Amino acid sequence: MEKRVTFGRWTIGILFAVPQLLLIFTFFYWPAGQAVYWSLTLQQPWGGGNIWVGLDNFRSILANADYWNSITASLVFASISTGLAMIIALVLATLTDRQLAGSRLYRVVLIWPYGIAAPALALAFRFILAPEAGFMAAVNKFWPGFWDPGLNGADAMASVIIAFSWKYVGYNFIFFLAALQAIPRSLIEAAAMDGSGVVRRFWDIQFPLITPTIFFLLVINITESFQDSFGIVDIMTAGGPANATNLMVYKIYSDGFRGLDYSGAAAQSIILMLLIIVLTIVQFRFIERRVHYR
Amino acid sequence: MTIIKRGLAALAAGALSTALAVPAFAEPVKFDFWFGLSGDLARVVDTLCKNFNASQSDYEVVCTSQGNYDATLQNTIAAFRAGKQPTVVQVYDVGTATMMLSGAYKPADKLMEENGYKIDYSDYFPGIARYYATSKGEMLSFPFNSSTALMYWNKDAFAKIGKTEAPKTWEDVGADLKALKDAGYDCPMAINISGNESWQLMEQFSAIHNQPIATKNNGYDGLDARLEMNKTKFVQYVTDLKKWYDDGLIKIKSKDLGQDMVQAFATGTCQVIMTSVGDHGTVGKTQKEGMNWDVAELPVYAGTERKNSLVGGASLWVLSGKSDAEYKGAAAFLNFIHDPKTALFWSTNTGYIPVTKSGFEYMKANGFYDKAPYKGREVAIASLTASEPTEITRGIRLGNFTQIRAEFGTQMQAIFANKESVQEGIGALVKNGDAILDRFQQTYPNKTLP
Repeated sequence: MEKRVTFGRWTIGILFAVPQLLLIFTFFYWPAGQAVYWSLTLQQPWGGGNIWVGLDNFRSILANADYWNSITASLVFASISTGLAMIIALVLATLTDRQLAGSRLYRVVLIWPYGIAAPALALAFRFILAPEAGFMAAVNKFWPGFWDPGLNGADAMASVIIAFSWKYVGYNFIFFLAALQAIPRSLIEAAAMDGSGVVRRFWDIQFPLITPTIFFLLVINITESFQDSFGIVDIMTAGGPANATNLMVYKIYSDGFRGLDYSGAAAQSIILMLLIIVLTIVQFRFIERRVHYR
Repeated sequence: MTIIKRGLAALAAGALSTALAVPAFAEPVKFDFWFGLSGDLARVVDTLCKNFNASQSDYEVVCTSQGNYDATLQNTIAAFRAGKQPTVVQVYDVGTATMMLSGAYKPADKLMEENGYKIDYSDYFPGIARYYATSKGEMLSFPFNSSTALMYWNKDAFAKIGKTEAPKTWEDVGADLKALKDAGYDCPMAINISGNESWQLMEQFSAIHNQPIATKNNGYDGLDARLEMNKTKFVQYVTDLKKWYDDGLIKIKSKDLGQDMVQAFATGTCQVIMTSVGDHGTVGKTQKEGMNWDVAELPVYAGTERKNSLVGGASLWVLSGKSDAEYKGAAAFLNFIHDPKTALFWSTNTGYIPVTKSGFEYMKANGFYDKAPYKGREVAIASLTASEPTEITRGIRLGNFTQIRAEFGTQMQAIFANKESVQEGIGALVKNGDAILDRFQQTYPNKTLP
């Protein structure tokens, strides 16, 4: 039986909940409601007035080829960068968990990237991946024209994916390592006694036992790749070349703040919100079924 | 919703007024000035503000950099909506149309008149004044930092191909670039093709050739103006640039690739660039030891009668909803900036040009343009005053022009990556740009540009 604390009067319960509700209302429901309202009107940026236009903003956005291109780019970015960041982090965490030489050092060092602000790391990667001055300049010397993020959209997309994945490898690593270390040693030792190798032990014991963590990180990584990519794109490519890296969140910023089209940007952010909600529901409905919590 | 909003606004205003209501009888009236320059330029503005505060004791201007032009406009809008706007704000050239429709300003000419300052508006270079003036010629804002685009050329490199002068026509440029390439220069000319370069590649080019960017005299005569650069000499120009790029005569240089145009020129890597006169100082300070270079007006196609180039930069707007005392201070500040002595200080410490004839004369009389680091900057004035501004070379008054510039970058990148032909790319620029203008017009129903 679960123990429950009960209050004599329901008002006390409400009172305890009020501060939290107030916070959620001020910082989430109110702005979100405002965004919905703006998306249904045409707002003059200086507040001189607005016109009710119903769903016109949504119609014109969804009829725009650039917007669909932006959605495609975001989905490509989300899937590749999430995949990269999670696989690399899992491999590193597994190796560290095996107590190989120097694993204590890795444990500390691998966490650092997550502590770096996105614009700062974007600046670093811009230099590293610059075709004329950085590390890639050496590659270009042997293979002229191989790397050109200035005009080649695929190269530019690769640059932002590399930068984003690099940051999230650190984040995922912490969670994977914690999950792996929570697995009772005796299980792995028993398997080793029965003669299974490292890879076998990983797939049959460790992987099934850390599925809750994998699922959690999948949800977080995909959500963050839609939101946290802004700083990286802004510094590295500014959405170019020819809109190749114009991710949804960057397009919202450039239309809304640079272009002062508040209504269009509000409508786009509603669409982005719906997309993330749908993606998360899908993940919970279909992927979580394969997760074993106990 | 509105009740909550008003309640919160009242609360915020209440808190603010108690915070600000500390009595200050003998102290000068403080007012805010927000600007969009950063780094070295921001320090010069700070000095300018200090000079103003030291020059009199009635007012004190508090100058705050907002980082860049975009952020300044965004932050000012946010502040205005919350009723906490600065008194004076620096707004970039292409924000002029948005400002004029905002209803959030106090006309600068009226402000000066009300406070007893006589400003001779004909003293402004017409190319600068008309850019910021209404279609009827009233000055709603004060021109501040101003520049125009010039061609920077490496004299040493041109000497190798037997030239002592910069090319005057695009036909000559083509031949010279070829000769430079044959003489062993890997990068005869550098350009960049992001939204920022719309200024020199499209806007300046169109003005000098007296070609429209949009109908209705580039938007001065109404919000229903639409783009038309797909029908002008601009198409020929992009075709030539693309051909020279394909032939290896032009290289794309940008920060993302490792080196921007100005660095590429200053280090001697590239021999010709087109950029703002504002970079004159940077090239001088960072150039390769002993390199000989100069600036010239942007070339024209043979047989074109040259018109004035466009001004770039920003102007100072005075916002509505401030007290009379603050307006008095703002008027004194604008008057201070208008002074020729300030022009000399400003141009010496930045690469910007003087905006008034008297400022220019004063600087000439002081020998400013004879000395080495500043010599050559008078070419910018020559370029700006090459002709009386025509209906088309007054400027560009289009809504959300920042987005049209971004679209320019997008389409140029598509053209240079061979994703589109030149005509297709410029066609797409017109189509997408028109959608932006359409939206701007719908946002301001029943409003007209002053």
